[in-house]
Amino acid sequence: MLLVPGLVLCATSESTWGQIPEMFDPAGPNAESVRSVFWLVLAVCTVIFIVVGGTILAFVIRFRERTIDAETEPPQFYGSQPIELAWTLAPALTVLMLALVVIRSVIELRTAPPMQHDQRVRVVGHQWWWEFEYPDYGFSTANELVIPVSEGDQRRSIHLQLESADVIHSFWVPRLAGKTDLIPAKTNEMWLAADQEGTYFGRCAEYCGTQHAKMLIRVDVVSEAAFVQWVEQQKKPAAWNQAVQTGHDRFMELACANCHTIRGTDARGRFGPDLTHLMSRHALASGIMENTQANLTRWIKNPNLDKAGCRMPNMRLSDEDVQAIVDYLLTLR
Amino acid sequence: MSSGAFTDSIGHDSTSTWSTAQVGMLAFLCSEAAFFATLLIGYLTYAGVEMAGPTPKSLSLPLAITNTVFLLLSSVTIVLSLKSQSRTDRSGFTLWMLVTAGLGMSFLVGTGFEWYRLIYHDGLTISRNLFGTTFFTLVGFHATHVTVGILAMIVLVIRRSKGWMAVDSEAPELVSWYWHLVDGVWLLILVLVYLMGR
Amino acid sequence: MTAAPQSHAHDSDSSFRPPLTARLHDWVTTVDHKRIGLMYVIMSLLFLVVGGIEAMLIRFQLWTANNTLVSADTFNQLFTMHGTTMIFFVVMPMIAGFANYLVPLMIGCRDVAFPRLNALGFWLSLFGGCILYLSYFTGKGLYGGGAAPDVGWFAYAPLTSPAYARGGSVDYWILGTMVSGIGGITFAVNLIATIVTMRAPGMRLGQVPLFVWMMLIDAWLILFAFPPLTAAQVMLLMDRHLGAHFFDTQAGGSAVLWQHLFWFFGHPEVYIMALPAFGIISEVVPVFSRKVIFGYTSMAMATAAIGFISMGVWAHHMFTVGMSDALDAIFSAASFLIAVPTGIKIFNWTATLYGGRLRLKTPMLFALGFLTMFLIGGLTGIMLAAVPVDWQVSDSYFLVAHFHYVLFGGSLFALMAGFYYWFPKATGRMLGEELGRLHFWLLFVGFNVLFGPMHVSGVLGMPRRVYTYQPGQGWEVWNQLSTIGGVIMGIGFLCFFGNVMHSLFRGKSAGSDPWDAWTLEWATTSPPAVYNFEVVPEVRSRRPLWDLKHPEDPDWKHE
Repeated sequence: MLLVPGLVLCATSESTWGQIPEMFDPAGPNAESVRSVFWLVLAVCTVIFIVVGGTILAFVIRFRERTIDAETEPPQFYGSQPIELAWTLAPALTVLMLALVVIRSVIELRTAPPMQHDQRVRVVGHQWWWEFEYPDYGFSTANELVIPVSEGDQRRSIHLQLESADVIHSFWVPRLAGKTDLIPAKTNEMWLAADQEGTYFGRCAEYCGTQHAKMLIRVDVVSEAAFVQWVEQQKKPAAWNQAVQTGHDRFMELACANCHTIRGTDARGRFGPDLTHLMSRHALASGIMENTQANLTRWIKNPNLDKAGCRMPNMRLSDEDVQAIVDYLLTLR
Repeated sequence: MSSGAFTDSIGHDSTSTWSTAQVGMLAFLCSEAAFFATLLIGYLTYAGVEMAGPTPKSLSLPLAITNTVFLLLSSVTIVLSLKSQSRTDRSGFTLWMLVTAGLGMSFLVGTGFEWYRLIYHDGLTISRNLFGTTFFTLVGFHATHVTVGILAMIVLVIRRSKGWMAVDSEAPELVSWYWHLVDGVWLLILVLVYLMGR
Repeated sequence: MTAAPQSHAHDSDSSFRPPLTARLHDWVTTVDHKRIGLMYVIMSLLFLVVGGIEAMLIRFQLWTANNTLVSADTFNQLFTMHGTTMIFFVVMPMIAGFANYLVPLMIGCRDVAFPRLNALGFWLSLFGGCILYLSYFTGKGLYGGGAAPDVGWFAYAPLTSPAYARGGSVDYWILGTMVSGIGGITFAVNLIATIVTMRAPGMRLGQVPLFVWMMLIDAWLILFAFPPLTAAQVMLLMDRHLGAHFFDTQAGGSAVLWQHLFWFFGHPEVYIMALPAFGIISEVVPVFSRKVIFGYTSMAMATAAIGFISMGVWAHHMFTVGMSDALDAIFSAASFLIAVPTGIKIFNWTATLYGGRLRLKTPMLFALGFLTMFLIGGLTGIMLAAVPVDWQVSDSYFLVAHFHYVLFGGSLFALMAGFYYWFPKATGRMLGEELGRLHFWLLFVGFNVLFGPMHVSGVLGMPRRVYTYQPGQGWEVWNQLSTIGGVIMGIGFLCFFGNVMHSLFRGKSAGSDPWDAWTLEWATTSPPAVYNFEVVPEVRSRRPLWDLKHPEDPDWKHE
């Protein structure tokens, strides 16, 4: 019973609980199109609920047993074919209408928009982080997707090619689009586009093991110019600073390099996120904490502290090693 | 609790032409069919997928056809056994039932031979590739059902010879239904695995 | 255990009470459909307590962001065990218990078709549950939190493959549900044979009580839905232990195949749990409205239609896996279609209320609760069948709310209605009305406070199966409401168990027909003797006892 008022309350008033539900506040054409279907079915279902629920309530009030009633049984109605036919046809027509709307919307949403100014990103799900590879520019980053905004008629549609390195994950950024699964040994496609610059959050929506809860997505929608600048920066190999030679060496000697890539160095591991421009990212460990020196130190010392069971092991490094490695990583802007 | 004694004394609705045991068996066979349908779907999902190692082409068709003949004949002989039962021809019943079980065993021997060749000559095991996985699962479960059928027939023969089974018992007929289903599943396997895969 | 000693004492001197071991032995070796039915119900209630405690732990963990009441692994085990328990070891056995107890009584026969098979089915179900819970004693044992399965109740591949699920936890899940599933198949075989061939003289198949009819369709659904699950689980076992590659994506296997096979079981399973609920409502609503069910035939036909359509909608659980447009469209349309027969049922029940004289006793309260809760669950179901909406809200708390409205507000409310309705028949004593009402209202309010807000946390973007969440997303308040609702429901269930215990010993004596009802089970004593009926009346209509009570206007004149 709380459903309808709750949804309406939530969807319409920003002030009550502080925010509009993300899927009712679309920032792109894909999510917007889903919202219109959502409103339609919600409206239809609300009407049905009010009519049927109201009828039941009215009957219960009107026909409840009263002490003044006679002891005889009420008249027995065994059924009525015309009535039964009517309430077979009415729902049938309603759902037929809904089905047609839905099918049209599915085809519309699945058909990619015009390919002009197209941006391709390969998304690979890992336990428990996201790899975003930009095949056109030859670099990859992690957990934070940066895309250009559509300006005026210049729609920048982003084509995501979804794959998984291990188990099934699901890519879901409610303000931009509905979710699509990332399935091992299968490639899924989806597209999205953003009308407003800003930061949109998402999360893995298919249970994928211990740390499914801590597999968050951040999408930064930036202006065309900022995007170009970002791409240029990301394309560069890692910065080099003589002052952090020790940290660099420790990174290569200890197991770090086996899992992580830092372009321009000997570190070419593919198991963990690419760290070439680690400090250009806002958060650590798939969005669970801010990317600061303190957090980085804490994370490298023992990743299990904040993400128990995570695939990055506690290497039991000495404080000096951790310090050196953190100092090195801080230079990877 | 022997409430069964009461059950018979109470008149049941006479419109049903099927006995209780028959309906039960039919329902059970439906679930068996659903089980095999799922295994077949598992097989078909991966049929024709490129893979390393042996494919259905390494199966021996003559052997499969010989096996099919065994099973089809056994479906005939089990009917003959039932006919003998209805004529209260006790030795005929036992004889044909044993022939049926023997044909079933010949089928199992044939399957054993086929598996021996696949495993030791072609190197096809359950873990070799998807064909091995799906083939051995499907044919293995079928062969298990054949085995159960043979055991059931042996039990029937023993019970009959010891006089533990009524002359008009429904059990042989129900076992024959089960046997026909196992037979039918085999025909599907023959077509989908041995013929289509070539 | 004292639920039906009378049936035993009936034959002998009623003052004589055999020793406890002998009585226990009697229960363990019984093949009487009534005792097996009661054991199913007792088993179900025990697992309900366990599953409920798991649910409460889940709710307390989600009370606030970044809560650390339980660890990630423990939480993942909790929701897996909660889901598996509630479906396979609470709702299914409760249904089997009701069907076992009632179907022979309702169709006027003295036991089920295959009593020993029936006992086997019960023990398989119980041992399946025991196997599942043994997992808590493995791994590091209970002090280490055990190694219960943590793959979710639908155990998606490849999370269940040896590479990602080390140790034996998934095997306990497979074996536990497989063993109880085989028990379910024996139950269905038995039920079909009983209903088809053992009806009382004169009772045509078109005259059985609607509960019996719906159990018949239900049994057919079990027969076609469980074997595919068993086969899929066999494949998974072969993958895990014999090196097979069915779901091994590294060797060309398909993760999506598991989803297809699982949901080919999983969706009919929803109706397997819902149809008996519909059956109970179709018995309770007429009796407490003092009216014949409106549109028996369309009810029966709608049930059959639901049975058929439910076999063809499974992939609506998979709209996000990237199927083709055509498949999405077909499964969406089929899922919409199922709203039609379901709608017919709701309208027919509502029409039965019209012009009646509604006695708002506890069973009827639960039935009305069912009507409204199931209506909401059905409507959110329609929303989820709309593919684009599903892309947004599937696997979010909106979905969690939806299926709890269907399975808890639907199935369990109906089963509670049935419990209050038939408890007098099974024990000879009435359940307390005062505590019953309190139980209903606590459950009804608690249920809506618990699951209503989940719709909202779902559209706010909260995914299911997360052991914790980040602050600042506006999720806390809705989760806290849910937890409070859970506590209210917990108190409601305490009332229920207190009521049952009290009524078993001190309850008002029921007599054979306390509700002035119309189906055959009320024609015998409460509790019924081992042989059920001394004489089975000739049946001429759908309401044999109405005909007896109203010879001036019998039903068979109207059918």
